[in-house]
Amino acid sequence: MNLAPLAVAALLAAPGLIDAYRAAGAGAPDAARGRAFWTQSFAAPDGGVARACTSCHGPDPLGPGRHVKTGEVLAAMAPAVEPTRFTDPAEVEKWFKRNCKWTVGRECTPQEKADVVLFLTEVKR
Amino acid sequence: MRAAATLLAVLALAGGALAHDDDADEDLGRRAPAAASSPQYRKECGSCHVAYPPGLLPARSWTRLMGGLGDHFGESAELPDATRAALTTWLEAQAGGRRVPAAETPLRITETRFFRREHDEIPARLVRDNPEVKTFARCNACHADASDGRFDEHTVRIPGHGRWDD
Repeated sequence: MNLAPLAVAALLAAPGLIDAYRAAGAGAPDAARGRAFWTQSFAAPDGGVARACTSCHGPDPLGPGRHVKTGEVLAAMAPAVEPTRFTDPAEVEKWFKRNCKWTVGRECTPQEKADVVLFLTEVKR
Repeated sequence: MRAAATLLAVLALAGGALAHDDDADEDLGRRAPAAASSPQYRKECGSCHVAYPPGLLPARSWTRLMGGLGDHFGESAELPDATRAALTTWLEAQAGGRRVPAAETPLRITETRFFRREHDEIPARLVRDNPEVKTFARCNACHADASDGRFDEHTVRIPGHGRWDD
């Protein structure tokens, strides 16, 4: 496993974020698992189109997304493009809380968050 | 008979135009730029949708809406308590909607009579059936400066259609 350099990258982008997830019970973060979670579809409770992170953020973290309902353009999620991503833990938790509830139907686990943060943080142009 | 009908139609149009101007002055001209005056409002609410002009709904509407962010039109828009409290206070202070009947607490601007009258000539094919618009809730699909509170009719551009001037 060659996780150490990636974990360091994530810590640089998000001071303490991954540490906090680990303290909350997450094991070592895994970018591949994060990528799979990013694209995973979840059934919509209203029977509508299945939901995924990519529904609004788009499949490519380096590119902008588009809110599936309002059409609002969402800046890219990768810090490689948007350096402020994952730099404010309160902001990160606010969005995880809201968006996991809509997408997954529940709050995300510390492991899921650690994986996704690592995946997005390591994506390079 | 036809002349009478025409006269009635003209009067109705004139009446509509007058009401339109009053509302525009009261709810848009004075109130709408407020959206631009709160970076917090633009950040917290405008990240997902247009920072709707707070003056288009009465204070009681904002109170109710901000009390139900856990189910915000089918999505969670939950905020930390302190942020929610600050925004609620700001929205209530910026509220307008004095023509909304006292018994009504609309949560959608598109449900208000003011909004419906302003858009009653726009056919569904240009909005609901237009893949680039889809819903009236997306002000900025046609009003490019919506987030700045500018809804001047002469600046309207409907995607796939072009200018709209009536």
